[in-house]
Amino acid sequence: MSVKIDHEKCMHCGGCVSVCPVLAMELKEGKIEHLPEKCIDCGACIKVCPVGAIKKEEEK
Amino acid sequence: MNYDKKWDVIVVGAGPGGSKTAEEFAKRGAKTLVVEKKQQIGPPKRCGEGLSQRWMEIANLDPDPTWTLQKITGTVLVAPNGEEAWIDTEDKDQAGYIIERSKFEKDLASDAIRAGSKFMLKARAADLVKENGKIAGVKVVREGKPITLKSDIVVGADGVDSMIARKAGLNSTLPLSECDSGYQYEMTGVDLKDPHKMELYFGSEAANRGYVWIFPKGSDIANVGVGITGEDEKTAKHYLDRWMKHNQERFKNASITEINSGVVPVTSPIDQMVSHGLMLVGDSARMVNPMHGGGIGPALEAGIMAAEIGVPALEKGAEKQFLQPYQEKWEEKRGKNFKKILKVRHFFEKLSDKHLNLIAENADPDVLLNLGHRKSLSKIAKTLLKSSPQSIGFVKDYITK
Ligand SMILES: Cc1cc2nc3c(=O)[nH]c(=O)nc-3n(C[C@H](O)[C@H](O)[C@H](O)COP(=O)(O)OP(=O)(O)OC[C@H]3O[C@@H](n4cnc5c(N)ncnc54)[C@H](O)[C@@H]3O)c2cc1C
Ligand code: SF4
Ligand code: SF4
Repeated sequence: MSVKIDHEKCMHCGGCVSVCPVLAMELKEGKIEHLPEKCIDCGACIKVCPVGAIKKEEEK
Repeated sequence: MNYDKKWDVIVVGAGPGGSKTAEEFAKRGAKTLVVEKKQQIGPPKRCGEGLSQRWMEIANLDPDPTWTLQKITGTVLVAPNGEEAWIDTEDKDQAGYIIERSKFEKDLASDAIRAGSKFMLKARAADLVKENGKIAGVKVVREGKPITLKSDIVVGADGVDSMIARKAGLNSTLPLSECDSGYQYEMTGVDLKDPHKMELYFGSEAANRGYVWIFPKGSDIANVGVGITGEDEKTAKHYLDRWMKHNQERFKNASITEINSGVVPVTSPIDQMVSHGLMLVGDSARMVNPMHGGGIGPALEAGIMAAEIGVPALEKGAEKQFLQPYQEKWEEKRGKNFKKILKVRHFFEKLSDKHLNLIAENADPDVLLNLGHRKSLSKIAKTLLKSSPQSIGFVKDYITK
């Protein structure tokens, strides 16, 4: 399990980066990057995102 | 230009904190480079653009009509039941401006350049260079290519999502309960109560543990935004859209010209803001007024302090013990006061909509203006107690004689 970013909705504000405890989010020039191998599924980024651009990725 | 030489100081981030830091270092003779990941200084703003006169004085900035757009002479506080408290700040410390932040940030960068610093854009600091247990520069990705830049001091002025703080091993992860999630529209055609007053709306319907703001930038132009607790299940966007729908009369002739979002730390600064060869300035160290989230002024002030301590430290090798006085100075001059303000915030977080209504109805505007003062807080607590005796539980701690 991990999280999924809706890049169409994302505002590139870095909010998710600020609250991620394990550096699994990174704001590069004009794009937010998620590193699933680091993610611990704490859900902090989902809650803080001002526009709801992050969702739980359902297991396939 | 040759960027490969060794710098005295590399500042990461060309926001208000970074550019001010660079200007102050360069002014004192330090070879200074600023690296900024964006392709232009300024936008997108993560900001309501409020800046008080007092902060401008601290940062030696004069009003400039190209960015001090709208003079602010007061605030209208609106309680959940619609009760309004008008506070006049015209001749007081809190008077100020709503600024055009993109122009303001570019002007700050220009000041830094004129003082002798260099800027490198589209250059993202991806990691720190470490040598003998000391931070000795930054690894930058510039237009896609990695380059290593060396310096005696690195200043992390890279905002609330600071990579520099994390890479230096300083604990800068922001707990959800200690941040506000913010969302804002800049709009034209807004029906303002008074184009020189900031409007703040409180209550659980407007904003969970925060407020909705309308900051005028002109006779019908304003930043309309909301900040809510980071823990809320609903988004800041949800709150703002809902509030605007309930107040649609004010916006019937308005349209959005810009959309902004961001997170504000509303907590204490991080425990450790220096390390061997490293200093943090502004949001990266969470230097934000925890009551209203204003962080431009504190970032500018910290930039000045960083250079005052950092430049003499350069000669001694920029070890942690020579940079530590920066943190001490900041805590003495600003941190102590922010701690008191955080206490006020915690008080307000406990208030229900009913309490907020009572305050708006009964409190004296002077008391509301000086909420950071213990005496004011005590007066508010007494007001609440008089009209709502059952609030004694949490209110009594705030009453002083
Ligand atoms: C919705 C909202 C409303 C606000 N309203 C107000 C207000 O009305 N008044 C007020 O005073 N404050 C307000 N604030 C807070 C204010 O915006 C910040 O406190 C202020 O911007 C802090 O300045 P800074 O220089 O520390 O950081 P920032 O302004 O965040 O600047 C950081 C800079 O570093 C760059 N950067 C980041 N990472 C890297 C990297 N790895 N490499 C290179 N460059 C990098 C960024 O691109 C950016 O340019 C608000 C914040 C939000 C979110
Ligand atoms: S918090 Fe949301 S909008 Fe902001 S960068 Fe992260 S995903 Fe994008
Ligand atoms: S779920 Fe937690 S660990 Fe994973 S990216 Fe979001 S904040 Fe980071």
